[in-house]
Amino acid sequence: MAFLSYLINGISLGAVYAIIALGYTMVYGIAKMLNFAHGDVIMVGCYTVFSVVSMAHLPVWLGIIISVAVCTVLGVTIEAVAYRPLRQASSSLTVLITAIGVSYLLQNLALLIFGANSKAFTSVVPIKAVKIADKLTITGETIVTVIACIIIMIVLTLFVNKTKAGRAMLAVSEDKGAAQLMGINVNRTISLTFAIGSALAAIAGVLLCSAYPSLTPYTGSMPGIKAFVAAVFGGIGSIPGAFIGGIILGVIENLSKAYISSQLSDAIVFLVLIIVLMVKPTGILGKKLQEKV
Amino acid sequence: MKSFFKKNKDTLITLGIVTIAYIIIEIFVKSGSISSLFKGLLVPICSYIILAISLNLTVGILGELSLGHAGFMCIGAFTSAFFSKLTVGVITPDWLRFILAILIGFLFAGIFGFLIGMPVLRLKGDYLAIVTLAFGEIIKNLMGVLYVGRDSRGLHLSIKDSISLGLEEGGQVIINGAQGITGTPKDSTFTAGFILIVISLIIILNFINSREGRAVMAIRDNLIAAESVGINVTRYKLLAFSLSAALAGVAGVLYSHNLNSLMATTKNFGYNMSIMILVFVVLGGIGSIRGSLISAVILTLLPELLRGLSTYRMLIYAIVLITMMLFNWAPSARAFRARIIDMLPFGKKKASDKEVQ
Repeated sequence: MAFLSYLINGISLGAVYAIIALGYTMVYGIAKMLNFAHGDVIMVGCYTVFSVVSMAHLPVWLGIIISVAVCTVLGVTIEAVAYRPLRQASSSLTVLITAIGVSYLLQNLALLIFGANSKAFTSVVPIKAVKIADKLTITGETIVTVIACIIIMIVLTLFVNKTKAGRAMLAVSEDKGAAQLMGINVNRTISLTFAIGSALAAIAGVLLCSAYPSLTPYTGSMPGIKAFVAAVFGGIGSIPGAFIGGIILGVIENLSKAYISSQLSDAIVFLVLIIVLMVKPTGILGKKLQEKV
Repeated sequence: MKSFFKKNKDTLITLGIVTIAYIIIEIFVKSGSISSLFKGLLVPICSYIILAISLNLTVGILGELSLGHAGFMCIGAFTSAFFSKLTVGVITPDWLRFILAILIGFLFAGIFGFLIGMPVLRLKGDYLAIVTLAFGEIIKNLMGVLYVGRDSRGLHLSIKDSISLGLEEGGQVIINGAQGITGTPKDSTFTAGFILIVISLIIILNFINSREGRAVMAIRDNLIAAESVGINVTRYKLLAFSLSAALAGVAGVLYSHNLNSLMATTKNFGYNMSIMILVFVVLGGIGSIRGSLISAVILTLLPELLRGLSTYRMLIYAIVLITMMLFNWAPSARAFRARIIDMLPFGKKKASDKEVQ
């Protein structure tokens, strides 16, 4: 029974990773950049909900909507101000460093506004825990997180494959120049990707902080890195890959915390990533790239 | 003799800058006109410089993005501090022990670089970056749970806690898990740091200008072309990667022998540190050793100089970082700069030079 409860907690954590990883994977697929600031957008989302719900005492649904809106605007702004001017730059490293700068900026802004002390985040999930068996209860947060993750994945897959804007995204991620020739507005498509990714980050942040209710300016950075690992794990650029990678990562992390060592759980997660990449260098669902001479 | 100077002009200029800076700072230190805060920064700056120039070997010369450089620094720091603590009082004089400690840090970090490089260098680009990050985190986490003790029967090792080492009475715990190593002899001085910087500079600059260095740069510029002229790609990649790791180990030695207690935390050996070193390298100019040297100094001093602004300093640091990246690299900003230079009467030649390039 204990194993089952660890497993369920792992899936819940993995679902959060999966939602963050979706944002990562879409941005990487289109802009071909590691967006190190993605984790900090999560943190901004958390603080927004915290301010609206715990400090201003407004209803929870309003808090979530405001948080999603704030993060969306933030993501699009970051892209337009910090990343877009560097898109044609000679080295792809420059935009990586700029992303790191943005990450520092967001963390220190939060530090200035909210202070370094951790804030107790009250869960936004109204559902009570469900008791299945004697020692097995599933918390409301777990149920909501997993359902949210599945819905987001399905909607996103449909959006990318069926709508015009989604197919434009696919085209841009395949070949920017050719997409432009076909009359696709590349800038707008990339902005849209950042908007979706950041909105997902806000949702993931709210779910993460509901399950692990302590909020500091650095809350987002480690889940951000783990989610990126999940995205790479599943094959970066692939939506089902992010989902699978996230879930596997969450389960491994929780099981190794429970059975091996809580201090080494991160090391084990990274070790599994290394092994997977050694066997399959583009991740589980990644496409094999042909090299041109 | 003349051809020697001509050939090594660039190296000599870099070494000259370092030596002059060293002499000036030493004069300030001796005359006591430097604050204790700045004095305390001297050794860390030396180790950051070595980290930056060694990472530049991987990022600039080999052309691979590594986010695990702090991990190699961690290896160097822990192995050498372990050695120093083990042999304190056994090997005299102190400087001989410190030299041996440096060699041990260099060697172990190099071996780890070789072992990690073998599988990792098969990957490319961002995948390589994330795997090096993963290795760095693994090293940091392992150091946090490692317990080593010594008693009359020899050394004992455990990854659980200090009790399970089963030490005899009078036994000594040397590496104490998350508490790390305490009481490392304080061998690092500013002069030692300066000498190590000079040695690392000579090693790296010589490597770049050697046959091996040219082979590595050929691989960076075009892997397939390099392969087709018979360059052993794996061998040269591994060589550059291990050398870079070994020098990071030396930086770790310098770092650990400056601290009373050495712990593996997220702050000093985590990926944040690796990223900070990468920022030095990119801002100083990828592939430019002198650039990394200067940017490591400026970027370490910047937050300290801004200390008067207290809480705002890291915010300003972040804004400066973003602005500098945009201003240096964005094509529109470059065009704007070229226009400004064109307008100046004395800058005309330089701007037209750039266009030719």
